[in-house]
Amino acid sequence: MKANQINIANFRQTPVIDQVGVNERVSRLNSRSIKKTSKIAALKLALSMIDLTTLEGMDTPGKVQQLCIKAKHLNHGISDLPHVAAVCVYPSLVKIAKKELNETSINVASVATGFPSGQTNFKTRLEEVRYAICEGADEVDMVISRGKFLSGDFQLVFDEIAQTKEVCGNIHLKVILETSELSTLDNIRRASEIAMKAGADFIKTSTGKTKCGATQPISLVMLEAIKDFYQKTNKKIGMKPAGGISDSKTAIRYLVMVKEILGNEWLTPTLFRFGASSLANDLLMQITKQQSGAYQSADYFSKD
Amino acid sequence: MTNQTDFITGYSPAPESTNLIEIKERYPLFIKGKFSEPQSGKYFSTINPATEKKLSEVAVANQADVDFAVKSARNAYKNVWSKMPPKERSKYIYRIARVLQERGREFAVIESMDGGKPIRESRDIDIPLAVAHFFYYAGWADKLEYAFPGRKANGLGVAGQIIPWNFPLLMAAWKIAPALACGNTVVLKPAETTPLTAMKLAELLQDIDLPPGVVNIITGAGDTGIKIVDHPDINKIAFTGSTDVGKIIQKSLAGTQKKYTLELGGKAAHIIFDDAAINQAVEGIINGIFFNQGHVCCAGSRLYVQECVAEEVISKLKDRMDTLIIGDPLDKNTDIGAINSKMQLKKIIEITQSGKDEGGVLFQSKCTTPKSGYWFKPTLISNVAQSSRVVQEEIFGPVLAVQTFRTVDEVIEKANNTPYGLSGGVWTDKGAKIFKITKQMRAGILWANTFNKFDPTSPFGGFKESGMGREGGIHGLYPYVELS
Repeated sequence: MKANQINIANFRQTPVIDQVGVNERVSRLNSRSIKKTSKIAALKLALSMIDLTTLEGMDTPGKVQQLCIKAKHLNHGISDLPHVAAVCVYPSLVKIAKKELNETSINVASVATGFPSGQTNFKTRLEEVRYAICEGADEVDMVISRGKFLSGDFQLVFDEIAQTKEVCGNIHLKVILETSELSTLDNIRRASEIAMKAGADFIKTSTGKTKCGATQPISLVMLEAIKDFYQKTNKKIGMKPAGGISDSKTAIRYLVMVKEILGNEWLTPTLFRFGASSLANDLLMQITKQQSGAYQSADYFSKD
Repeated sequence: MTNQTDFITGYSPAPESTNLIEIKERYPLFIKGKFSEPQSGKYFSTINPATEKKLSEVAVANQADVDFAVKSARNAYKNVWSKMPPKERSKYIYRIARVLQERGREFAVIESMDGGKPIRESRDIDIPLAVAHFFYYAGWADKLEYAFPGRKANGLGVAGQIIPWNFPLLMAAWKIAPALACGNTVVLKPAETTPLTAMKLAELLQDIDLPPGVVNIITGAGDTGIKIVDHPDINKIAFTGSTDVGKIIQKSLAGTQKKYTLELGGKAAHIIFDDAAINQAVEGIINGIFFNQGHVCCAGSRLYVQECVAEEVISKLKDRMDTLIIGDPLDKNTDIGAINSKMQLKKIIEITQSGKDEGGVLFQSKCTTPKSGYWFKPTLISNVAQSSRVVQEEIFGPVLAVQTFRTVDEVIEKANNTPYGLSGGVWTDKGAKIFKITKQMRAGILWANTFNKFDPTSPFGGFKESGMGREGGIHGLYPYVELS
């Protein structure tokens, strides 16, 4: 192959982002008023997109089991409820979750690659991915090497993602950029492009383990990156904001962003997820309110 | 049934409530602090352009009515307003600002009903900006000596003010606030298609006990406007509107002692360089041309895109245009409301058609428009040149003419190649380039990496046929004072 036929992406020249413009676009999208039937539809849609998550050092098999039961039976009082998209746990708990969710279409997602910091050697990180998949994970959430990214070694970040995807094969790979550590929107755009070009199925904002999780401006930049990538390659990449999205109002605002930036095709759990633990209950509370006209106390919604 | 809309197919209707507003069946003239029957004895209807239904009727002011209004303004000037300590004048203007702020929602709803603009804009832009103008100039009223150090600033007398239909209340604020702050009294005429918020403002002025005659609001068509312009006892004319009418006014003012400011048409160049933040630039283009259905004198109606990104920008622009929601101005989700009047719609259709006839390629948003009312889909015309009518003439509608360019020199030449010079915009990631380009653009207002941003502290006004004089900021005080 001739040298000039090799198409190496130049990650130093990704599109620039204007932060003021991004914030303005977000606030304009936030002025959308979602009411009545479209609100109920949006609440249920959001519910179906949740990766119900528990990622604590003190997680026990029992807790994971309970979470899985909740994933299957969100609330017995409301009819026509969808189930959540996936349950997201550490690799060592994948087997428990898989067993509980075996007969359902709810996926088991596992974080891997030295989550949340990724600060271990790459071989070990890959080994962890293999382990999670062996245990039965349907989806893998990896973290990128932020230190390497910030030092300008974009090629290494690309290679690591590409190799992780190779290990994953058909298993869905979500690439966590940990946006709060990337510091600028330009960097977030660049990291999004690296991840998508390296084979990510989803790009994900955050681990939820740093001070700042997903924000709307960050997510907007990532959604626009997904759109641009789709227009160039015809490949649909998914998006997963995670960390800090805990109420229905914010969730609906995210759905409005997805709808108006990427279009209705992305309004499905196969292309959009919320990484959240407490969002589900707030959505259930709001759905109940829409149906009964009154708010119920938090005691009426299970805490698992 | 649209009420059953789920999130995917669309948003359920979310109309702003009209329960809290009151529109009277008819509004007489507001002169000397009172609503009084016009001596013409005549009234005309004002309609909702989104439904074509009548909202109210307002009086026609004839010569006798104009005389009465000017006389009442003159008396208020001589006996009350010019004698009042500036600090006290300031308090009145603050009161207008505060009460207008409190009643913001009411004014926003009426503005959208009478003019067709989306509630999102009247609620978030028109009314808050009008309030900001009153607050800003209220602050100047007792500080004029700091605006003009070493000199004494006196009011001129009676200001005749004629305002357009695109930002009815906001333009009233732009005119009234600096006039009052400098100690002048006012005879104001709102546009014939959008008189209602001005009449509501008249009610508000009564409520806050503004001394009678300080602000007089009279209604009528162009005929009434001419009578104000020609009135011998007026000291200053402030006009915002079309260049054609501006020329007539300037002719009629020639040889008189009257001061004047004219804020006229525009055909702004909106320039996108290849190093711009493209996604944000596309949003800027949308705001630049489709804000207020394009009924904006400073609208970015001539788009110049650097050749190497033209395809990408135009394709993204079309995508974005398809997501604009057109419809009921009172719905909180509406992006594009109704065209202000039948006459304006006719003009937009006519010029757009001429663009097509001259070989322009038309793209329009996929949206469907309501059956009744006046509507025009967001439109993009490419394959046009500097010589095209759609590039030369102000359309004052949601129609964008797109051209490409290669070099900086070329685009500056094209941008300046127009009889207008009101505004312009540049998108680039390079700070130095922004200054290099904007220094060479002959326009009164220039935006970089944004568009259609307004602030009371910033002067607004045009070069060439876009008018003379500035409104806003310290500059906006000059037209209303005599310095000694």
